[in-house]
Amino acid sequence: MAIRINGTEVAAPDDVRVSLLDLLRERLHLTGTKVGCNQGACGACTVLVDGERVLSCLTLAVQAEGRSVTTIEGLGSADSPHPLQLAFIEHDGFQCGYCTPGQVCAAAAMLREIEAGVPSYVTADLTAPVLVTREEVRERMSGNLCRCGAHNGIVDAILEVAAGRAA
Amino acid sequence: MSRIQNAVIESVKTVLGWVPAQWLPGGTPDPLIERRAAIGRQASRQDGPAKVRGEARFAAEVAMDRLTYASLVHGTVTRGRITRLETAAAEAAPGVILVLTHRNMPRLAPLALISFTDLSAVGNSSLPILQDPVVRYNGQVVALVVAETQEQADHAAQLIEIDYAADAARTRFEGAKDDARTPASILIEKNHVSVGDAERELERAPHRVDNVYRTPGHNHNALELHAVTVAWQGGSLVVHDATQMIAPSANVLARLFGLKKEQVRVLSPFVGGGFGGKGLWDHQIVAIAAARLVDRPVRLVLSRDSVYRIIGGRTPTEQRVAIGADTEGRFTALVHTGYSIMPTYGACPEQYTLGTRALYRARSFEIVQRHLDLDIVPNTFMRAPGEAIGTFAVECAVDELAHAMSVDPIELRRRNEPDRHPISGTAFSQRALMQAYADGAGRFGWERRLAQPGARRDGEWLLGMGCASGSFPYVRMPGANVRITLRRTGEATLSCSAQDMGMGTATVQIQHAADRLGLPVEAITFEMGDSSLPAGPLAGGSAQTVSIAGAIMAAADKLTAELLRLAGNASPVAGLRAGEVRLVDGGITSIANPSQRESYQSILTRAARNEVTVSAAGSPPLEMLKFAMHSSSAIFCALRVSQVTGEIRVDRLLGSFDCGTILNPKTAASQFRGGMIMGLGLALTEETLFDERSGRIMNATLADYHIPSHLDVPEIDVMWTGIPDPRSPLGARGIGEIGITGVAAAVANAVFNATGKRIRDLPITLDKVL
Ligand code: FES
Ligand code: FES
Repeated sequence: MAIRINGTEVAAPDDVRVSLLDLLRERLHLTGTKVGCNQGACGACTVLVDGERVLSCLTLAVQAEGRSVTTIEGLGSADSPHPLQLAFIEHDGFQCGYCTPGQVCAAAAMLREIEAGVPSYVTADLTAPVLVTREEVRERMSGNLCRCGAHNGIVDAILEVAAGRAA
Repeated sequence: MSRIQNAVIESVKTVLGWVPAQWLPGGTPDPLIERRAAIGRQASRQDGPAKVRGEARFAAEVAMDRLTYASLVHGTVTRGRITRLETAAAEAAPGVILVLTHRNMPRLAPLALISFTDLSAVGNSSLPILQDPVVRYNGQVVALVVAETQEQADHAAQLIEIDYAADAARTRFEGAKDDARTPASILIEKNHVSVGDAERELERAPHRVDNVYRTPGHNHNALELHAVTVAWQGGSLVVHDATQMIAPSANVLARLFGLKKEQVRVLSPFVGGGFGGKGLWDHQIVAIAAARLVDRPVRLVLSRDSVYRIIGGRTPTEQRVAIGADTEGRFTALVHTGYSIMPTYGACPEQYTLGTRALYRARSFEIVQRHLDLDIVPNTFMRAPGEAIGTFAVECAVDELAHAMSVDPIELRRRNEPDRHPISGTAFSQRALMQAYADGAGRFGWERRLAQPGARRDGEWLLGMGCASGSFPYVRMPGANVRITLRRTGEATLSCSAQDMGMGTATVQIQHAADRLGLPVEAITFEMGDSSLPAGPLAGGSAQTVSIAGAIMAAADKLTAELLRLAGNASPVAGLRAGEVRLVDGGITSIANPSQRESYQSILTRAARNEVTVSAAGSPPLEMLKFAMHSSSAIFCALRVSQVTGEIRVDRLLGSFDCGTILNPKTAASQFRGGMIMGLGLALTEETLFDERSGRIMNATLADYHIPSHLDVPEIDVMWTGIPDPRSPLGARGIGEIGITGVAAAVANAVFNATGKRIRDLPITLDKVL
């Protein structure tokens, strides 16, 4: 079975050791997905698999067979950027930009998780609808490290996009 | 640094003391300080769209034909010799092209260590690289495998078998103290400073504090892993590197591999964070050697574990700070001494006492650093080397004294604020720390703090507030070169090998060039990140912005002269000299009579030229030696400490900075915040755990070395005085490093205010608070 990546069918690699991350970066040259640790600790490699955020370094490429993968290259383009991409620029939600694709992909999926009512460690009331608060966003984005310290801008950008959606 | 260099630098400073200020760079303030248009605007980053779309190409992302992949093998003893090295299985593994060990590594000279007198020496370690079977620290590179794919290289690396004969190693901080060395200099400053008899003054002082502070090792942990993609093309070498030092690296590599300067090209247009760690280390050298041997391009991306093993971080320190004060709180003695690690094959002295010299007035001083020599990956510069941890010790001590004397800690600082450099007596170029304190205290609500520790609580939480000063010196590097090409269309291209690890280098220099050349921002292009461009200095010491700005100033002067020459006698500006005109509104204008002007387009058209190109280097940075030039800051922290678990939650953090002109408030605020967040890590979570028995780092992963994550980071407030420094280009001083300074002390002082517990041992973890 093929893997659907940003809408294009791609054959799974012959070598079963190839991670989804290395398939993207080294074989398909989709280098927007980054690598900060290769062991599930930093979030730089976050992509969407069937709409859910996944660490591509901890996912074998063959595990994505029959699924649909969206990377930062598929999330928005120069002509039609994703609202999160614009908001990151506006709020200076990065410096070096290395964690950025992972942050943007994670944020896109995270907002859908909140909409779906998935609670988090900081959700006070598990019976009420989950609200997009600063605290919720900070907790839910904590798997995406940023060493440059762009945290405030990232959270501001996400909150602005969430507010725009709710409106 | 030697005693001779000490003597040379001291005598240059003395001579400069006699030279009238107006003869020196910065003698007359940069005219742009008064008339800025693009500078000071909130510009979004030039490279923002590329970065958010994942289109910015980092070093490991350059596509190449016939690319091969490399994987490193690290030694597992601390000192010793390889007695058996079995590579046959690796060599026979699928896809393997080369196994590189000391047996087949080309013979290369060691790297010249980073030096402040030879700016093309940028080695972090002078140890031989894969030249012999000797292991000198735990984790040193002992082999490299090159294969068709990364998976094949990683697998084959595991098939290499090595036995070692281990030797006794020096791995204990405490045990190395007996053999501590006292270097003559720390960077370009004299190490041992003794003014008056500080110990005597301390004994006599009616008020005194005298304590030892400890800070652990740290790692930069830039999110992008160190990586190179290397290709030999004919006899020439192309290196796509993640580096903070493009031009110096190219020079060093040329020398090392016996090439001409023009035969080496280092490219690094984007760097995924540096913080001092992205320099020249062993991995670039072995990858380049391997690429030559396999005659194909090689990509080497370090694993996170490899980064900890072979890229040094910040050394641990043990610092004694003692302050004596008279009954009014005026300091009679200031003592700052200590120990840090610096192997003889390393280059970074972690200058934790340098900031102390400029912070307070005191009747007597005793300042000296001692170096311990351990068998360890050489430590290197990491964000605000010295000041980041030196301010922890000094600023906690000031808080302790204030508490002992029942004086507000800001008031105690005010009473000891110097009006000139306290040791050299040199005038400050500009200093408004007390204004930064007043502004910060007002915005933060410092008046709500209760001096009595443990006096405020909210359920299980004890609430506290703390403050501390931060400081960082102004540095402008010599050897910054810029080329300007001005076209008839009224567009200009500036070129410099400069690097960007996220500071917004191009964004800010475009703003600068727009004002300097009198052109709109959209008309300016800034080319950078490539050693084939005019050489810029390395990005370090918070010095890149002013260093390049100084070169642009010089190039703009040259451009003015050249345009006047081209304008000739038929021009409305004919007869005017360079000093009598300025570049505004796309042309040359007489300062005395602004209606006397001619546009670039008109000048170049008449001269039948499409463009004019000039190159220049910045003036020697003598202002640094003539004046005491420092940025300073006041950091405020409010936090809660759980009485049940010892958990610390930082609720608010505010930084009030006095750093000269702020060139772009948007990117500057991000840099300040970024530094402060690294300061939170320094205060609360970050620690490179070193096993003193084995000489091995124990937490070489991002899962075990805790950098601040989103939930650790509150909303951070930053503000600045914005007062220009009359002695620097644009009135600016560096802003990349000061943010981290003072933060650990502000947090520790707030923890004391909340709990009454004084933690002098970073990081302030739960166990220490309970
Ligand atoms: S690279 Fe996948 S989590 Fe760090
Ligand atoms: S922007 Fe550099 S790591 Fe986040």
